[in-house]
Amino acid sequence: MERTIRVLVAKPGLDGHDRGAKVIARALRDAGMEVIYTGLRQTPEQIVSAAVQEDVDVVAMSILSGAHNHLFPRVMELLKEKGVEDVLVIGGGVIPDDDIPGLKGAGIAAVFTPGSPTGDIIEFIKKNLKRKA
Amino acid sequence: MDDSAVSADRVRAGDARATARLISMIEREDPSRLAVLKALHAYGGKAHVVGITGPPGAGKSTLTDKLVGDLRGRGRKVAVIAVDPSSPFTGGAILGDRIRMQRHATDDGVYIRSLATRGHLGGLSRAASEAVRVLDAAGYDDVIIETVGVGQSEVDIVRIADTVVLVSVPGLGDDIQAIKAGVMEIGDVFCVNKADKDGAERVVREIRAMLETAVLNGAATRFTPLFEARSALRGDAGNAGGATEAVASRGPAEQGAFHHITAQATGHPNLEIPPVVKTVAETGEGIGPLVDEIKAHEAALAATGFLRSRREANLAWELGRGAAQRVLSELERDESRETLAELARSVLDRGIDYYDALDALEDAMKRTQRAATTA
Ligand code: B12
Ligand SMILES: Nc1nc2c(ncn2[C@@H]2O[C@H](COP(=O)(O)OP(=O)(O)OP(=O)(O)O)[C@@H](O)[C@H]2O)c(=O)[nH]1
Ligand SMILES: [Mg+2]
Repeated sequence: MERTIRVLVAKPGLDGHDRGAKVIARALRDAGMEVIYTGLRQTPEQIVSAAVQEDVDVVAMSILSGAHNHLFPRVMELLKEKGVEDVLVIGGGVIPDDDIPGLKGAGIAAVFTPGSPTGDIIEFIKKNLKRKA
Repeated sequence: MDDSAVSADRVRAGDARATARLISMIEREDPSRLAVLKALHAYGGKAHVVGITGPPGAGKSTLTDKLVGDLRGRGRKVAVIAVDPSSPFTGGAILGDRIRMQRHATDDGVYIRSLATRGHLGGLSRAASEAVRVLDAAGYDDVIIETVGVGQSEVDIVRIADTVVLVSVPGLGDDIQAIKAGVMEIGDVFCVNKADKDGAERVVREIRAMLETAVLNGAATRFTPLFEARSALRGDAGNAGGATEAVASRGPAEQGAFHHITAQATGHPNLEIPPVVKTVAETGEGIGPLVDEIKAHEAALAATGFLRSRREANLAWELGRGAAQRVLSELERDESRETLAELARSVLDRGIDYYDALDALEDAMKRTQRAATTA
C-alpha cells in the first residue's frame, strides 16, 4: 500500500506572515499529503515536539521575518538531540540567496523563496523523503 | 528510527517517538504492529476515555486544550487524538486541531496526535480505537478524542468513549435542530460553548427541554443504563426505564454516584438527566465545572458497574466489526472471487436461487477456514 506522506507545516518565531505557509499547506494537501498545521509563533522546541508526536515525514518551515539564520539551525539541532534523523526538513519564505548555503550546511535540505512554484516543492518532497515510501 | 525499533517497552516508558510510530503503523494497518499491540494488551483498561464531539467550529479543539490544562492541574497525564476529515478527492488533509493545543507540545505529560479520517465515515478514523488502546497502555490517565465536526449521524464516538461530551453553541440556527436526534442522543455531558455570545441561555434551555422530553418518552437509550443501574442498586429492577419513579429512598452513596444526573434543577425532581454546562473555551470560563461533570460521569459509571458493561458492549461491537472486516478481506481473495462468480452464474442460469447461493458461499468460507486452522 502506498504510504501517506505526513508533513508538519510550522511558522517559527514571532513572524506573523502566514499566507505562504497556508498556500504551501493547501498545495501539499491537494497533492494527497496529510498536513499538520501548527499555527503561528512556534518555538523550535514546540516544532520538534510536534514533529515527534505526529510522526511526520517532513518538517516544512516558513519564515519571512529574517530570523531564519537562527531558527532553522536551532530546529535541526533539537531534532539531532532527540535522535530524529529520518525526517526531511525544508524551509521557505523571504530568504536572501546568500544565506541559503549556510542553511543547507545546517541540514535544511532545500529553501524555497518567493515565486517558487508549488509543483517544484511537491516534487522535491516526493523525491527526497528520508523514509522509504 | 526503524519501525522494528518500536516495542511495548518503549511505549510503556513514555517514548513519544515509539508511540507515534506505532500509531502510524496502525493507520496503515501494518501487520507488524500486532506483536506490539498484543504485548501492550495487559496494561490497558485504566484510562478514562473522553469523547468531544459537536458541529464544525463549535470550539472542540479550544475546549480540549483547556481540558488538558485543567486535567494536568489535577496531576493527570493526558493524551489527545484529534480527527479531521481527509479530502475524498485527493486523500490529503489539513489537520488543524493541533493549532489550539500547541502550548502543551513541550509538556512530557501530554501527547497529542492528529489523525485524518482516510475515508472512514462516522466522525473518527479507523485507527482511532487501536490508537486509544495504545495510549491507554502507555499510561495516560485520560485519553481525549476530538471528532471531526459532526452533522447528524457521525456517532462512532460512543463506541470508543466512556464519556461523550456533546458541544453546542449559540447561533447554529433557529434551534437545536441543527444537531439533531442521532447526535444529541449520544451526550453524557452537554456543553454549551461560546457562552459569551447571545443566546447561550436559550441553547441551555432547549437542550434541557429536549433531554427531559427524551427521558420522559423513554427514547434516550444512552441514559437508560444509568436509570437501570440506580434501580438495580435500590433493588427495584422492575422499574428499569425508571425515569419517572420516586427517588426519595436514595442513599448517600448512590447520591454521589448519580450526582451528575440528579443535581439538575430541572423543575422535575424525578427526572434525572445529563448535566448541561456553559463554557467560554477561549477564556477558560466554566472549564473546572465541565471537568467535574466529566469525572462525575466516570464515577457514576464505575460505581454502578456500568463502566464495565458499556465497555463490554463497545468491545462486542468492535469485535463484530473486526470479524466482518475479516470476512470482507476473505471475499476479496482470488479464489473467493472465483467462487462468487460461479455462484452468480448458477443464479443467473436459474440453477440455484439466490439464497441457496448464499448458503453455499457460507459453507465454502467455513471450509477454507477449517482448512486454514488444521493446516
Ligand atoms: C503580505 C505581506 C504582509 C502582510 C502579511 C499578511 C499575512 N497574514 O501573511 C502584513 C501587511 C500583515 C505584513 C506585515 C508586516 N510585514 Co510584510 N510583507 C508582505 C509581503 C508584501 C508579501 C508576503 C506574502 O504574503 N506573499 C505571498 C505568499 C504566498 O508568498 P510567500 O510567503 O513568499 O511564500 C512563497 C515562497 O516564499 C515559498 N514559501 C514560503 N514559506 C514556505 C515554507 C516552505 C516549507 C516552503 C517549501 C516554501 C515556502 O512558497 C510560497 C509560494 O511560492 C512581503 C513582501 C514580499 N514580496 O514577499 C512583505 C514582507 C515579508 N514584510 C515585511 C515586513 C518588514 C513586515 C512588517 C514588519 C512591517 C511593519 N514594519 O509593520 C510587518 C510584520 C508583521 C508580523 N506580525 O510579522 C518585510 C520583511 C523584511 C525581511 N524579511 O527582512 C517584507 C519582505 C517586505 C519588505 N520587502 O520589506 N506583511
Ligand atoms: N466567542 C468565542 N469563540 C470561541 C470560543 N471557543 C472557541 N472559539 C472560537 O471558535 C473558533 C473555532 O474554534 P475551534 O476550537 O477550532 O473549533 P472546533 O470545534 O475544534 O472546529 P473544527 O475542529 O474545525 O470542527 C475559533 O476561532 C475559536 O477561537 C468561545 O468560548 N467563545
Ligand atoms: Mg477542532
